Amino acid sequence: MAETETSHPDHLAHHFDSVEQQRESASFGMWLFIAQEIMFFGGLFLGYIVYRIKYPMAFATGSNLLSIEWGAFNTAVLIGSSLTMALAVRAAQTGNNRLIIRWILATMLLGSVFLGVKVVEYKDKYDHQLVAGPMFEFDADYVLEREAVPAVYADDIDVHDPQFGSNVHLFYSFYFVMTGMHALHMIIGIGVMIWLLVKAYRKRFGPDYYSPVEMTGLYWHFVDIVWIFLFPMLYLMGRH
Amino acid sequence: MESGDTKRKHYLNIENTPQSWLLTLDHKRIGILYLVTILLFFFLGGVAAVLFRLELLTPDAHLVEHETYNRLFTMHGVTMIFFFLIPSIPAVLGNFLLPIMIGARDMAFPRINLASWYVFTAGGLFGLAAIVFGGVDTGWTFYTPYSSTYANSNVILAALGIFIAGFASIMTGLNFIVTIHKMRAPGLTWFRLPLFIWGQYATAIIMILGTPVIAITVLLVGIERLFGVGIFDPAIGGDPLLFQHLFWFYSHPAVYIMILPGMGVISEVIACFSRKRIFGYHVVAFSSLAIAILGFFVWGHHMFVSSQSMYAGMIFSILSFLVAIPSAIKVFNWTATLYKGSISLDTPMLYALGFIGLFTIGGLTGLFLATMAINIHVHDTYFVVAHFHYVMVGGMLMAFLGGIHFWWPKMFGRMYPEAWGRFAAIVIFVGFNLTFFPQFILGYLGMPRRYHVYPEEFQVLNVMSTAGASILGAGYLMVFVYLVWSLFKGRRSVSNPWCAAGLEWRVSSPPPQHNFKKAPVVDRDAYDYTDEDVYKSDYDSGGTSDG
Repeated sequence: MAETETSHPDHLAHHFDSVEQQRESASFGMWLFIAQEIMFFGGLFLGYIVYRIKYPMAFATGSNLLSIEWGAFNTAVLIGSSLTMALAVRAAQTGNNRLIIRWILATMLLGSVFLGVKVVEYKDKYDHQLVAGPMFEFDADYVLEREAVPAVYADDIDVHDPQFGSNVHLFYSFYFVMTGMHALHMIIGIGVMIWLLVKAYRKRFGPDYYSPVEMTGLYWHFVDIVWIFLFPMLYLMGRH
Repeated sequence: MESGDTKRKHYLNIENTPQSWLLTLDHKRIGILYLVTILLFFFLGGVAAVLFRLELLTPDAHLVEHETYNRLFTMHGVTMIFFFLIPSIPAVLGNFLLPIMIGARDMAFPRINLASWYVFTAGGLFGLAAIVFGGVDTGWTFYTPYSSTYANSNVILAALGIFIAGFASIMTGLNFIVTIHKMRAPGLTWFRLPLFIWGQYATAIIMILGTPVIAITVLLVGIERLFGVGIFDPAIGGDPLLFQHLFWFYSHPAVYIMILPGMGVISEVIACFSRKRIFGYHVVAFSSLAIAILGFFVWGHHMFVSSQSMYAGMIFSILSFLVAIPSAIKVFNWTATLYKGSISLDTPMLYALGFIGLFTIGGLTGLFLATMAINIHVHDTYFVVAHFHYVMVGGMLMAFLGGIHFWWPKMFGRMYPEAWGRFAAIVIFVGFNLTFFPQFILGYLGMPRRYHVYPEEFQVLNVMSTAGASILGAGYLMVFVYLVWSLFKGRRSVSNPWCAAGLEWRVSSPPPQHNFKKAPVVDRDAYDYTDEDVYKSDYDSGGTSDG
C-alpha cells in the first residue's frame, strides 16, 4: 500500500487517509451501534411499561420479592466498574499499557462480581419457583410471608386469585428476559476485554492508537446505563 | 472468467483462490458474494410462488392442501422479504458502488462488511433449514399466537434465521452511515452526493433504528416457544397484540428499506438517460429522509381491524397519508427531469420508466388502504397483496434489475446484449401487470388472501394472474440467462459506456482493487450534464494499474 507519500503506520488501515479519520469513524460507528442497542432494549422497556400499567398490583408485588439490597449493591459495583473502565481509557490515551492492564482487570473483576450477585439472586428465585417458564409456581403464602403486597393495594388484591399469580409470572418473564439480556451484554463486554488485555500486553496502545479501549469503554458505559434504568424499573417502582 | 484478459489487474482477476473470495475485505467482492447468495433465495421464493400460483388455477384444492399451501406462501414471503428484497439493492449495489461513488477506497469497516455477509448467510441457512424440515405456516408476519401458543411448524428455526440476518442488515446500515459521513472525497459535499447515496443513507437509518426492534421481537417469540416464558401469552396476561405493534414498528419501515434504495437507483438512471440534472435535487434528497422518518410513525395502519382504538387509527391514517407527500415529490421530480431531456430508451431506462408507473399505482393504492373505511372493506384481501407487490416487485425489483443492467458493465467489464435486455424488460413489465392487476379486482370483489380455495366466479381473474406469473417468470429467466452469457461472451465495456456522471464511471471497468489510485477531487454537482464533453472521453484517471 505504498500509494500515499505520508507514512502509513501499522494500525492505520489502508483505506483511511489519517489516524484521525480512522478514530472518528470508529467512534461514530460505536455511537450508531449504541443507537441500535437502545432500540433493542427499547422494545423490552416498552413491553414492560405497557404491562406495568396494565397490572400495577401484580407487578409491584413481583417487584417487592426482589432483593433491593443486592440490587443496590450491584448498582454500586457497576458504577464502580464504569470508573475503572474510564481510567483504563485514560491510561490508553497516555500510552501506559501497564496501567491499561490493571484497570481492565479491575473492570473485569467488578463485572464478574455483578454477574456473581446475579447468580445468587437467580438462585433465590429458583428456590421459590419464581423462574419464569413451565417451572413457575406462584406461592401465595410466600408472598404473604414476605409482605410483598404493597399496602396501598392490600384491600384490592386477592393473592389466591390464579389470574393474579399469572400476572406475577408475566413480571418475572420480563425480569428474566431483561436482566438476562443485560447479563449477556456484560459477558460479551468481558470477552472483548480479554482481547484488549492481549493487545495491551503487547504494548499496542498509545496516544496515536487507543480506539479499541475507548470503544469498549463506550460499550461498557452503555451496558451500565441500561442497568441504571433496569434497577429502578424492576426493583424500586411501587416499593412500599 | 477473465482468462483471455489483458494484463490489466482489477478486483476480479487480481487473485482467484477460494479464500481470496471468502476472506475478502474488498467491498466490491462482498457485493458480488451477496448477489450470488440473494439470487439463491430469490429462486427459492420464486419456486414457492410458482407452486401456489399453480394451485390457484382452479377453485378447488387440486395440487396442494391447505397445510402445504400455508407453508408455501410463508416460504415465499419470508425468503423474498428477509433474504432477498431487504439486502437486494443495499447489500449488492450499495456495497459495490457506495465507496466508489464517494471516492473512497473501501467501506469504513471492511471486516464488519465481510462479517455481515457471513451473518446473513448463517441466517439464511437457518431459514433454509426451516424450509427443509417442513416449513413454517404462520405467514411472513409471524403473528402470535400462530407462532407461539398454536405453532405447529419450524417457527424457532425461521425466527432465528430472521434474527441473525437482521444483524447483517444492522452491520450494513452502520457501515453505510459512517462511510458516507467520514470517507467522502475532497470537494464532495453533501449536496454534491449522487441521490443513490442519499437513498442508501435513508435506508441505513431505518436499518439501524428498526431492525433491533424486530430482533428483540422474534427473540421473544423464540424464548416463548423454547422456554415457555410468555410475554405475548394471554394465559398469563400477555397480549398477542403487543407482538403486532412491535412487529410493524420494524416491518413498516422495512417496507421503505425495500423501496428507498430503489428510488436512489431510479434517480441515477433517469438523470443519465435524459442527460439532465435531477429536477429539484435538494427536495428529492430530503424526501428520502422524510420517508425514512415518517415511516416510523405509521405502523398502526396495519392494525385498523385489530382492536386498536379508533382515535389511534385516525392518527395513524393521517400520518400514513403524509408519506404520500415525499413519495409524490419524487415521482413528480423524475417526471419533470424527463421534460425536455434528450431521452434514450436503453434497458435501464425502460426499467426506470416502468418503476415510475408501477410505483405510482402501488403508492396510490396505498392511500386507499390508509383510509380506514376502505381498509376495513379490503383488509386481508388480494387488494393488499396487489398493492404491496406493485411497490415491492413493480418498484424495488424493477429498480434492482434496472440498476443491475446499468452497472453491469462496471461490475464485470462486459456489456449485456441490449436487444435482449429491452425485450426482457418489456416481457417483465407485461407479465407483472398481468399477474398483479387482476388481484386488485379480486381483492375489491372480496377474495381474501392466504386461502388455497376460492369461489368459482374468481377463477377467470386467477387464471389471468397465473398466466401473468408464467410470463414474469420467463422474463426473469431470460435476464438470468443472457447476463450469465454476457459474463463470458459479452462485448467488453469501456470505463463509461453510458457517458454518465458520477465517480464510479471514472474508474476503469471492472474497477481496480482499491478503486482510486489517488483520491479524486470533486469540483462539480452530481448529474452535471451541461458539459457533455467531460463524459464522452473515456478517461481512466482513476488508475488502471493500481497495486
